[in-house]
Amino acid sequence: MSSAAVARTGTDGGTPLLSVRDLFVHYPVRRDLTSALRREPHQQISAVDGVSFSLRRGEMLALIGESGCGKTSTAQAILRMIDATSGTIEVDGRDITRLTSQQLRPIRRTMQMVYQDPYESLDPRFRVRRAIEEPLMIHGLTGSSEQRERTIVDALERVELSPADLYIDRYPHELSGGQRQRVAIAASLVLEPRLLLADEPVSMLDVSVRAGILSLLDRIRRESDMGIVMITHDVSTAAHFADRIAVMYLGRIVEEGPARRVVNDPQHPYTRALMSVVPKRDPRDRTEPQILQGETPNPIDVPPGCRFHPRCPVAEDRCRVTDPQLHARSDAEDDLHRAACVLV
Amino acid sequence: MSLLEAHDLNVWFDLPQGGTLHAVQGVSFGVDAGERLGLVGESGCGKTTALLALMGLLPPNAQVSGGVTVNGEDILGGGEDAMRSHRWTDVAMVFQGAMNALNPVKTVGSQIAEPMAFHDMIRGDAADRRAGELLELVGLPASAAKRFPHEFSGGMRQRAAIAMALASGPKVLLADEPTTALDVMVQAQILDLLGSLTRDLGLAMILVTHDLPLVTQVCERAVVMYAGRIAEFGSVDALFHDPRHPYTRLLFEATPDLSGLEEVVSIPGAPPRLDRPIVGCPFAPRCDRVFEPCAKHLPALVSVAERHRAACHLNDDTYARSPRPTETSG
Repeated sequence: MSSAAVARTGTDGGTPLLSVRDLFVHYPVRRDLTSALRREPHQQISAVDGVSFSLRRGEMLALIGESGCGKTSTAQAILRMIDATSGTIEVDGRDITRLTSQQLRPIRRTMQMVYQDPYESLDPRFRVRRAIEEPLMIHGLTGSSEQRERTIVDALERVELSPADLYIDRYPHELSGGQRQRVAIAASLVLEPRLLLADEPVSMLDVSVRAGILSLLDRIRRESDMGIVMITHDVSTAAHFADRIAVMYLGRIVEEGPARRVVNDPQHPYTRALMSVVPKRDPRDRTEPQILQGETPNPIDVPPGCRFHPRCPVAEDRCRVTDPQLHARSDAEDDLHRAACVLV
Repeated sequence: MSLLEAHDLNVWFDLPQGGTLHAVQGVSFGVDAGERLGLVGESGCGKTTALLALMGLLPPNAQVSGGVTVNGEDILGGGEDAMRSHRWTDVAMVFQGAMNALNPVKTVGSQIAEPMAFHDMIRGDAADRRAGELLELVGLPASAAKRFPHEFSGGMRQRAAIAMALASGPKVLLADEPTTALDVMVQAQILDLLGSLTRDLGLAMILVTHDLPLVTQVCERAVVMYAGRIAEFGSVDALFHDPRHPYTRLLFEATPDLSGLEEVVSIPGAPPRLDRPIVGCPFAPRCDRVFEPCAKHLPALVSVAERHRAACHLNDDTYARSPRPTETSG
């Protein structure tokens, strides 16, 4: 079913920019001596447990979910920072899942990451110029010093740090949080990536500057047809800036579709509960939150059947045995909005 | 008279390189029993410093002036000795990141019981029993007392931190970003708990956060702080539907919302430094409604409606003849 889904989303723009199929990332749990001597079975953490999705050029997809749901592991697997246990990752139609680090080198340029904390992702000893120059050097894109200077100035102006002269010789500690995140984005843009993974790009920043960074990412992807996967726990941000939302729970995508449809008409009981507890700005807009008890189970012991059934308010007997796949509602006009629940 | 009142609270920090930083500048507010009051603003606006002043827990390089009363009794004027008899027993605090500050080598129960020996003179079995009761009050089983913090999830540790703050039966609970770093579902559980504590125990709560929707959903009234001062103070309904300070309106406009599709704006610039004097309105350089008096005169916090105050010249009739900024739509 997943390959059919990938083929479908790809039809309007040829090959999708990114296509992830049946991705599994399992980490072994180290046994201590006692359990080894007792010959207890090896345990594993199922961080990503069968994830499939695709991304078109110029599209922004938000992966949302609570900590431990596997959203960061998914991003790391796409960037080949960790190895997939199984499944395939295709970038521009090319399977990169099992390329050697040598073969990966030219491809890494095309996939860049923006991290959560601009206070940590920038080296405090480097001036802005050096922070942006560094990726060019690593990828051997040095050129003449005038060309390089031109590239750096262009990158700063693209992230709205202009005039660039004002920023190019500063150290990170002389910049505000928002300016630092712009420098970090500039440093990933100089390589002209086609795919950007942004892991909680604004959660460390003050509310007053968040919109500026998000609008910047939004503008950049439209201008350069870049695909962005934004990882966030902030449902409101995802709803505002992403074209599509994929909701993850315990290593799986449990619902996926156009952002407004997922937010306004959530299908999966988990998504419904999640939307109900997001605080709204308007004090008159106080809907009764549907608070789920307990917390997401440990990914070592994934519940059988539907992984959400122990916390699900509407679970039935069959949910204990059936592991539901993503599907659209039978009365839906299209199959862009899908959820993994037998009741949908 | 409110249960807890702060009158003209000021806090200065002596800086190591010389000079002083005026972190809290003439702040006054009150909170009633059973009421939830929000304190919101960007980082560095003085909200945490104000809370620490209420607890008498500022570092040695801080100077405080003004008054803090609980049930009309001054708790700030008598120095540390006087404060000690009110701290935790009248006013208690859940610190930011408290759930990550639990001692990893002691059981949760012993950490809750420890301050009881100090304050209430109960020890041993009686203290253990009380620790169990407190854990049940915050929605954990009494048996959790025998467990260590690493056996708890983030949400459970935050509940334990709240139980610790409640150990001496305070009347006012100060909560500094109690749900930051928690997932949204766990956040909802903790907010639900704080709400039921204020209802069931008649506790007054001051919730400090940078997250405006949290305040509008949880609190009845809120103080919006900017650069150490109160920009606006009113019911959350008035703040959202009838903001009388441009900063309040812009903060809402900068916050994405699930139910709306309006464009999310950013507020240009950054808050001013507080280690030098500010002339005029501190928000003027970032304000979209700035006009003539803003650069010259500091606006006073004045009543603009019943139980609604704002510090903005736009509300002041004295400036009626000054050229006003053009009305911006939306």
